[in-house]
Amino acid sequence: MPDAGHRILIDRSLADPGAQSVALTTEEEGVALLAGADLGGARGVLLMQSSGTGNCINMLSLIKGGHFPFLSLVSMRGDFGEGNPWQYPMGQAVEPVLQAMGVICLRIERPEEVAPTVAAALTMVFQGGSAVAVLLTQKLLGAKSF
Amino acid sequence: MANDYPQGVDMAAAIAAGFILDRREAVPKLIGRHEDFLFVTGLAGTARDIAALTRDGAHIYTMAGAMGGACMIGLGLALARPDKRVLVATGDGELLMNLGALATIAVLNPANLAILCVDNGHYGETGYQKSHTSLGVDLEKIAAGSGIKRARTIAGEAELADGGRMLREGNGTAFIVLKVKPDDPPPFKRNMDPASCRTRFRGALLGTG
Repeated sequence: MPDAGHRILIDRSLADPGAQSVALTTEEEGVALLAGADLGGARGVLLMQSSGTGNCINMLSLIKGGHFPFLSLVSMRGDFGEGNPWQYPMGQAVEPVLQAMGVICLRIERPEEVAPTVAAALTMVFQGGSAVAVLLTQKLLGAKSF
Repeated sequence: MANDYPQGVDMAAAIAAGFILDRREAVPKLIGRHEDFLFVTGLAGTARDIAALTRDGAHIYTMAGAMGGACMIGLGLALARPDKRVLVATGDGELLMNLGALATIAVLNPANLAILCVDNGHYGETGYQKSHTSLGVDLEKIAAGSGIKRARTIAGEAELADGGRMLREGNGTAFIVLKVKPDDPPPFKRNMDPASCRTRFRGALLGTG
């Protein structure tokens, strides 16, 4: 999904001939897409903003019930330093609702934690067969100014 | 036999609106040799259609929840396996729940993906309430407007053979609306455990769990 926090990663993915990038209209499409990719033996990651996690909830039934591996990188809004009141309800609900659907949440607040946390998530998902969301917090990314 | 129709269905009105074909005959005829495809199905009706057709084969992944996901599971599978033909068989209700998927698929337009919407104009599993396709919504036009160039509606017996070819050929994603009577799918009991079905599917396709 388009997002300022994922901008560089989206650009790199688009430029990488070894990666297939799929632009989505809504985040739940990505959950189903990744399950289908797994049925075919491929791996993927869903890039989205915290506001989109709510759009995924029922589709995560597929992940939990089917024991599909699932990895998402979530750029957070509605937390540290947020100036847009619309972002708080979903931002603050990300962890409880994802955890309720069986997704393990790993929060990152400092730049030096990014690479080891994503490496840990890759192991947890593609060796451990789990569902993991890596939360890129606003303490890490900085809050958008209004 | 008119009294055998599901309770609450106005069959005369459905037939007058073009929902004429019997899904138990039309779906197998349209698909033909099922071994030509990997299948992803929607819930209830199409899951039973395809499970009955394949005797719940290892080349099918049927859903019983997560409504709105069938087309995108099919896209993920088609992108992962360009060497295989992927057929998404889903109902009008399931498709209506995530129309954005048609736009996402049209942008990529994989030639090894086909979508078959078995459209009975009703939510059969929940008591045959009318769906939007009974109320004027045209899924073929939505698919075409989303950018899927190979989109058509099949409502008569004579068109089934053409449809079968369309599912197998062409240089982009195919989309077929198959209009059928609002009548029950085959009463086939399939495996409804999503985890064991995943293991079964991957085992057959990839030789792994």
